[in-house]
Amino acid sequence: MPGRFYFDHNATTPLSETVWEAMSAALKDEYGNASSIHHFGQMAKLRLETARRQVAGLLGASAKDVVFVSGGTEADNLALLGASRGGHLVTTSIEHPAVLACARRLNSTLVAPSPGGVVAPEDIKRALRPDTTLVSVMHANNETGVLQPIAEIAAICRAAGVLFHSDGVQAAGKVPVRAGDSGADLYSISAHKINGPKGAGALYVRPGVKLDAQIHGGRHERERRAGTENVPAMAGFGCAAEQQHDWNAIGELRDRLERGILRAVGDTVAHGANAPRLPNTSNIGFDGIQGEAMVIALDLRGFAVSSGSACSSGAVEPSHVLLAMGLAPDQARSSLRFSLGLGNTAAQVDSLIEAVADAASRLRRVSATYSHAG
Amino acid sequence: MPPPGSAAFRRRIPMPDKPIAVAMSGGVDSSTVAALLRQQGKPIVGMTMQLWNQRRLPGLTAEGATGRCCSLDDVYDARYVAQQLGIPYYVVNFESRFEDQVVKPFVEQYLSGRTPIPCTLCNNFVKFDPFLELADGLGADLVATGHYARVELDEASHRYHMRTGVDSSKDQTYFLWGLTQAQLARTLFPLGGYTKPQVRELARSLNVPVAEKHDSQEICFVPNGDYAAFIDRYFEEQGIPRQQAHGEIVDREGRPVGSHAGVHHYTVGQRRGLGIAKGEPLYVIATEPATQRVIVGRNEDLLRRELTVSDANWIAFPALTEPRRVQVKIRNKHAAAWATIDPMDAPTRARVCFDEPQRAVTPGQAAVFYDGDLVLGGGWID
Repeated sequence: MPGRFYFDHNATTPLSETVWEAMSAALKDEYGNASSIHHFGQMAKLRLETARRQVAGLLGASAKDVVFVSGGTEADNLALLGASRGGHLVTTSIEHPAVLACARRLNSTLVAPSPGGVVAPEDIKRALRPDTTLVSVMHANNETGVLQPIAEIAAICRAAGVLFHSDGVQAAGKVPVRAGDSGADLYSISAHKINGPKGAGALYVRPGVKLDAQIHGGRHERERRAGTENVPAMAGFGCAAEQQHDWNAIGELRDRLERGILRAVGDTVAHGANAPRLPNTSNIGFDGIQGEAMVIALDLRGFAVSSGSACSSGAVEPSHVLLAMGLAPDQARSSLRFSLGLGNTAAQVDSLIEAVADAASRLRRVSATYSHAG
Repeated sequence: MPPPGSAAFRRRIPMPDKPIAVAMSGGVDSSTVAALLRQQGKPIVGMTMQLWNQRRLPGLTAEGATGRCCSLDDVYDARYVAQQLGIPYYVVNFESRFEDQVVKPFVEQYLSGRTPIPCTLCNNFVKFDPFLELADGLGADLVATGHYARVELDEASHRYHMRTGVDSSKDQTYFLWGLTQAQLARTLFPLGGYTKPQVRELARSLNVPVAEKHDSQEICFVPNGDYAAFIDRYFEEQGIPRQQAHGEIVDREGRPVGSHAGVHHYTVGQRRGLGIAKGEPLYVIATEPATQRVIVGRNEDLLRRELTVSDANWIAFPALTEPRRVQVKIRNKHAAAWATIDPMDAPTRARVCFDEPQRAVTPGQAAVFYDGDLVLGGGWID
């Protein structure tokens, strides 16, 4: 099955056709500045506010509670740096670097997950201090897909009188999100993970939450984020937020892939598979194989998957998420993430299983660290 | 075919079957190798080995140093060259292997009074074996590097022979003597037949973007060349307390003539930095880590007629079985000196007897044996 096939949807997703059409129209026609009072400005503003309602719909929130930003990283930065207000932060060791890097700038405590990849609400509770002002726990982990018990954590935070932020970049669009009801005071999402464009994201802010802007300038976004609004990107974001996907079907493909690999390749393990998780993500460890070699081998066969996180040079470092789950560095290095999405088919999955089995046996044959005994 | 560098060209990046894996550092040599093989229509995959994180020991970076191994600038250059050539390109993380096989032995040997050659350790244990292993796993039978050396199959002996690069000022066989027959069988050195000026000319004619980039000189992970400072900072980073590092500088009769701040600051033949004012120039003639003594003497005291090597590797023949007349290099820039080598008790050991005494025979460096341009083999000086 020659060609190139994409199994890295947690990194980013292809733009859907209708999103492209919405953006293209906005780029061409709604070129006004959404803050201008004239007709052109009003048309842009209309497009922007339509998008805001669409995104709010995805979150089960009211449009006025949605702040448009440049992406998931900025949403996380705005939430953590803007709402902690000098207090102590409780977060987890499996967060995205956007959260972890902010945590390093704050007075913070990192809570580790169980070996299964789930953060225990009582561990969050124990980490709270009198000066804690904010808790941040991701909704779904980007590397394992494991869903975190954010409703319980939100209840703990509400009882303790601290704000709760959740990074929902991977969860939104894949599992139901009710930002308000779930109890999150702040919730980050990103357009390009849901077949929208790069450079667009949003932070849900519960009414009454005090948030200090992190980008200063004009009075855009109710003075919570300065800068001329990126109307075409938000138009695409809004369109993407309204799309319905058959996640059951994608979940079946993921299960077919995971079962197929575990059956075809010996000495493999699916990380986080016993916890509730996203329907599209599978993280598999291959004993004695460097994950990055596997990524290259599969890329040369036409399949895009990922391993760990890329450092600034592009080399792969062992996943901090798997390390936090208690895996040894060698085990973490030997893991691959498969993430499915629109456009993946059963035929693609089957030929990916074949390619994985072929690449794994070849890499193991030459591997100095893989024991061939037994 | 669309013009190189154009969007249409890049979209055509092939998925090669049985490619040659080219080790790309971002420098002119390896970039030219990639361009040359691409021009010859060979299927290739470019790879950069990330060996060392330059930010780990801040403060050691030479002022304004660019083009150092594994710096972001180098990876940027290598990736840009690969993009222009329209080849698949990957950065692979060999940092832990490099630390275990090169940096740690380098530090340990320095502290035990030897002067190691990390480039040879790297070639023996990182740049070839793991790289060949990875290449093999990816379906690449051959690897190519930008080293200045030549490899050919000798029909008579059925062995792969290594010869010096035709540009004697750039020849790198002093660092490649440890390569085994299995490694040589799968390795291409396409630049061995060119001089450096010819390579630059070739790079220009092939539109290699880094054709004018400066050559790197120092050991890649010690960009400012201060090994002692590197070792001190490395220990600090690892949280290893240094035992008593200072000691006496003594003359050949054992009389104290000064003091020092650690034997790893000294190497055989060194004259500068002794801090001793004496009538005649003094040189380090040995270091004794056990007693923390640095022994100094006159230039003549540095002359040696004999040495032995261990962990020898033979390229031109399977083992040294009888005495041989050879030329020997005991440093990269050393003019090869005539000597007789004799087998010893173990096949990986040999005794070297020079016709003329040689200055500053340094334990930890390599002795490499030549018959003209043919590399016979080499070993580590005891």
